[in-house]
Amino acid sequence: MGGNSNIKLIDDNGIRIDGRKVDELRPIKIEAGVLKNADGSAYVEIGKNKVLAAVYGPRECHPRHMQNPAKAIVQVKYNMISFSVDDRKRPGPDRRSVEISKIISEAMEYVVFTENYPRTSIDVFIEVLQANAGTRCAGLTAASVALADAGIPMKDLVPAIAVGKVNDQVVLDLNKEEDNYGQADVPMAMIPRTGEVVLLQMDGHLTYDEFKYAISLGKKACAEVYEIQKDALRRRYVVESEAEQEQPVSVPDQEA
Amino acid sequence: MELKSIMSNENVGASREVVLPGDLLDTGRLKPGSGAYSEDGKVYAAQLGIKSVKSNFVNVIPLGGRYIPSPGDTIIGKVEDIGPSNWLIDINSPYPAPLHVTEVPWKVEFGDTSRFLGVGDTIMAKVLMVDETKRVQVTMKEQGLRKLQGGQVIEISNSKVPRVIGKGGSMIQMIKNYTSCRIFIGQNGRIWLDGDIDNMLVAIRAIKMIEEGAQTLHLTEKVKEYLESVTKKSEVKEDTN
Amino acid sequence: MARSVVSEIKRDHIHKLLSTGKRVDGRAWDEFRPLSIETNYVESAEGSARVHLGNTDVLVGVKMLIGTPFADTPDKGVLSTNAELIPMASPSFEAGPPDENSIELARVVDRGIRESQMIDLEKLCIEPGKEVWMNFIDIYVLDYDGNLFDACTLGAVSALMTTMVPAKAHEKGEDFKMPLRTVPVSCTAVKIENSLLFDPTLDEEKVADARLTVTTDENGDLRAMQKGLKGAFTIDQIENIIETSQRLGKEIRQSLG
Repeated sequence: MGGNSNIKLIDDNGIRIDGRKVDELRPIKIEAGVLKNADGSAYVEIGKNKVLAAVYGPRECHPRHMQNPAKAIVQVKYNMISFSVDDRKRPGPDRRSVEISKIISEAMEYVVFTENYPRTSIDVFIEVLQANAGTRCAGLTAASVALADAGIPMKDLVPAIAVGKVNDQVVLDLNKEEDNYGQADVPMAMIPRTGEVVLLQMDGHLTYDEFKYAISLGKKACAEVYEIQKDALRRRYVVESEAEQEQPVSVPDQEA
Repeated sequence: MELKSIMSNENVGASREVVLPGDLLDTGRLKPGSGAYSEDGKVYAAQLGIKSVKSNFVNVIPLGGRYIPSPGDTIIGKVEDIGPSNWLIDINSPYPAPLHVTEVPWKVEFGDTSRFLGVGDTIMAKVLMVDETKRVQVTMKEQGLRKLQGGQVIEISNSKVPRVIGKGGSMIQMIKNYTSCRIFIGQNGRIWLDGDIDNMLVAIRAIKMIEEGAQTLHLTEKVKEYLESVTKKSEVKEDTN
Repeated sequence: MARSVVSEIKRDHIHKLLSTGKRVDGRAWDEFRPLSIETNYVESAEGSARVHLGNTDVLVGVKMLIGTPFADTPDKGVLSTNAELIPMASPSFEAGPPDENSIELARVVDRGIRESQMIDLEKLCIEPGKEVWMNFIDIYVLDYDGNLFDACTLGAVSALMTTMVPAKAHEKGEDFKMPLRTVPVSCTAVKIENSLLFDPTLDEEKVADARLTVTTDENGDLRAMQKGLKGAFTIDQIENIIETSQRLGKEIRQSLG
């Protein structure tokens, strides 16, 4: 957080530099099943962020020593491609992406019924193609849709969004300028139905009251993102389900 | 919601509703079956699929996901590795399955395994057992189980297998009748077929048509139409095997 | 690319089809899969392209920075090409630093662009010996179904064709279009027994004996070649591949506009 509140990012009518109100999300687009090789995949656009997520698994766990005899492990790898940001980022993991991968893995482990697949790994790859603040939330949102697309049993879908503070006001879904010059950033992920928070970070400076307001804004926004996630999956699968379904109990004798 | 659940309880499997993880399936009367879980007395979907109610259970029939072996499944496997007294079989699931020398129809001396099955060979096998940590064993010791040679193997999503087979095997029989191909469907989503090269291509296209399921209704008729148009003949009624 | 045993049945099937002059997906031996290219896909890059070649899907971006020239070419810009075979793209790709496959891929793409002198590197010199533009071409494979050489060369070339040099942001005058001289196109064929197949799918690559990539310029002249895999070609086969690459290269170049 730059914490520089001299730069005016919200005008006197409460309108932000990209024309949004303080409690308004950027336009969101989600598509499920966008890659062929992966067992499940999703593409998320939120504002100028473009994020892909792919799921492989459950599959044999490598390295072997990480296998858990009682359940699957969820391994998320978050990565920004080199030209997703203004200055070319050196390819490969850095400390920031390792941390983000860890907290997203933990959030996903909470919702996935890992005990169904002992000794396996469910691998989630998040690639940020174009970054404009809020990529970890976009990545988690995409990962959750990709997991459902892969047919992984899970408690629920998880939407994520960032709330922040700009020009002494709490605002929803920071864009790049607001992120650079804002006073606080609170990325969060919440299961709307239960209100359970599975990812939360904060940096900058907030009063306790501001934080409580930020969480309430985030909660509302997560519910919105959740509906868009569901819509993406329904669009991919509903056509199929209308086809006539034939479900024999078992495979009959096929060859004499 | 109350009324609906009572109705679907009587109307076994009548609904075709696509559900997503976290969707509410029932508010208290039914028990969670496969692909469902309960929380605070309510039943929710744990998986993307089709809601189906059977007796007192509400299930989700998955629309995707990897093949999870269960005992008795007939599957098509590929030899991945060889040991002195067993082979490791890739069965298109998260779990590779050992095939022990005592589970094959041949008498195999210790260390002589590669004379019978080599890496890359394809077999038709049956899932013998799956323990609670999902360790799988397969067998070839049953009539009809064997090494597959010639023809080709394609893969489809294992959740589409029942649709390719059709009611009582009707769909696959129709494809066999039109193309004169020999076809075997493994429950793990692998399909082996053999026959005339052009006929095989026709059969594969028909299977892909079913898998993609783009045709919303009357799938059987549409596949039949396709088969009729390309093979320019009507269904050969007798079993062509 | 560990842990991918090719089934004997698949190998036999591809061979059997080829003996009757057919490919698994019904294409002719010299036919490319459907190609679609979306340029300017990523705004934060100076140029970018997303390429779908059949089910192969790659994203290429160009970033430009100011740096010092190499001592032996003080008046020329710098070109650097990197390829990432990320695990998203295939169950056989593993995370980690570039392996021999991604290094070969990056170098073959680089060679086609460099040796055809596609970029007029002299026009990317700001102050000889001191300041030049450095081009970073980064290739990301998103979905892998064979023939990465051609998909990635097409991506890199398309990205360069839409690249704007960000001079203004670096206080070096107005932005200008990347100075280009020609459009190199690569065509890759594999040999399976005695058949040659262009634009191989992953299944075809897996059973192939040998592979040859030929990059031609606008005149049909040869600018880069790379033979790969453990088999061998006859001279006749090589000539056949070159002649076909010249013809296909021309068609593909026209579609790039």
